[in-house]
Amino acid sequence: MTHATLPTTSAPLPRRRNAQAIAPWLFLAPGLLFFLFYVIFPVFQSFNLSLYKWDGLGAPEYVGLKNYRDLGSDRAFETSLWNNFKWLVLYLLAIPGGLFIALFLNQTVTGIRLYKSLFFFPFVISQVVVGLVFTWFYDPTFGLLNILLGWVGLGPINVLGDPTLVTYGIIAAGLWPQTAYCMILYLTGLNAVDPEQVEAARLDGARSWRMLWFVIIPQLRPATFIAFVVTIIGALRSFDLISIMTNGGPFGSSRVLSFYMFEKALSEYGFRMGYGAAIAVVLFLIMLVFIAYFLWSMYREETGR
Amino acid sequence: MFPTPIEKAPRSWQLGYQGLLPVMLVAWLLPLIAVAMFSIKPDVDFTNGDYWGVPSRFAGFENYGKVFFESDMPRYLMNSVLITVPTVIGAVALSCMTGFALGIYRFRSNLWIFFMFVAGNFVPFQILMVPVRDLTLDLGLYNTKLGLVLFHVAFQTGFCTLFMRNFIRALPFELIEAARVEGVAEWRIFWYVVLPLMKPAIAALAVLIFTFIWNDYFWAVVLTQGAESQPVTAGITSFNAQYRAAYHLMSAGSIVAALPPVAMFFLMQKHFIAGLTLGAVK
Repeated sequence: MTHATLPTTSAPLPRRRNAQAIAPWLFLAPGLLFFLFYVIFPVFQSFNLSLYKWDGLGAPEYVGLKNYRDLGSDRAFETSLWNNFKWLVLYLLAIPGGLFIALFLNQTVTGIRLYKSLFFFPFVISQVVVGLVFTWFYDPTFGLLNILLGWVGLGPINVLGDPTLVTYGIIAAGLWPQTAYCMILYLTGLNAVDPEQVEAARLDGARSWRMLWFVIIPQLRPATFIAFVVTIIGALRSFDLISIMTNGGPFGSSRVLSFYMFEKALSEYGFRMGYGAAIAVVLFLIMLVFIAYFLWSMYREETGR
Repeated sequence: MFPTPIEKAPRSWQLGYQGLLPVMLVAWLLPLIAVAMFSIKPDVDFTNGDYWGVPSRFAGFENYGKVFFESDMPRYLMNSVLITVPTVIGAVALSCMTGFALGIYRFRSNLWIFFMFVAGNFVPFQILMVPVRDLTLDLGLYNTKLGLVLFHVAFQTGFCTLFMRNFIRALPFELIEAARVEGVAEWRIFWYVVLPLMKPAIAALAVLIFTFIWNDYFWAVVLTQGAESQPVTAGITSFNAQYRAAYHLMSAGSIVAALPPVAMFFLMQKHFIAGLTLGAVK
């Protein structure tokens, strides 16, 4: 800037414009390189690896689509896929559950803030600890669940030892922190609900259920969207709880794709990296449907503004 | 306000509500309360089969003492700190820059790069597992804290960039324009104009990432083994193998492992919730 006579609205100097073109790339470089190196490239490497047979040590042997063909006749894969589906559907219960608790807690009485934080508590705890806690809760000899069932005259059940119940038992454990997360999203959303609209609807005679459905829930849309995103991702990523609570058992009946993949690729029974990668690719493709939908929603919002 | 504020309800409803709150809370936290109670029971209660009775005496000090002085738990905790803290610093630092780049500048691939970060952040970990494990082995970082930190920093950069970029988008753009008109260099705009305004976002991200990384189990199992580098989430399983069926010690250990993020949450509650619910309101 040479002289004060230059009007401040003058076009930026060429050098400045240059700086503005280069600057974003300099700021992006470290983060972007790291991310490409550790996240984006590995995705493609896994795709490639799924076409090989590899024990992790020797030279990989190209087998084409054999791994995928083998998946078709693998009963354990079928079980895992089916369990993933159960996770996906039942995990969504966290959303209405969270909304319900949020509505229950959305009052102003003394100590309500502490109640809200304590209800949120399960989300902050590591899933490993949640898994341990629920393993004891379900324990057939001393678990609290069976004591409670005993009170109403129901026989002891061994949730984690029963192939038909085990996945539901683990999902229930997973719902505990997930519901807490959805609750906090909805509590924040409820805070921003327009009181005038609520008053107006009330004057029009809208009562609880109709009010909830037609006035409140539409205003909670952003919260619901995020709740969907995190719940679906959480469901497809479920690994910790299964590993801690049952290690896939009994008889592999509680495996999901993410766990089965880990087992195949890194278990003591020999590394089948290529086969594991093929399982991961299937999981990724399932996730891709949702990722594409999320990105599309975000894209519409970005360009809509 | 929805539902109807309870102050407008009859007195009996108000009392009912206030009575119901603690009951619901106890029911909700029942599994945790049980573990907390286990952790202060003496050994003999369990051998007598008295799991749920009132502790025959308070054994909290000896149980927690054993966890801290006679097990590998302090090492695991230390490892967790040495993994979590550098990750938080690294991921927040990188994403301040990427968020700034994507939030402030207009260039053609901007949205695509942003979406790449977002999509990468949603990817199931398992598809990264084999290549990242190989990469870490090749770098000679398998079973080191550094190997784990590098991966965590890279992966968390995805989420952090999403967060930072949206936060920066909401800042008043006139500030940056004004600085440019004044001829302030781009890096100075970042450092002196934007960064000070990002403090709340940095605080929110820091507590969130702390919790995520502290609670990570999958990568701890994939990239480390043994007490010299494993964090507490992975360590607790070996701890439990060591004290099999010693429920009082396993409970005390679990509580110790869970405590740091809980403490973080209660100390930084406002930031934590602000971070988690970013985007939940328009």
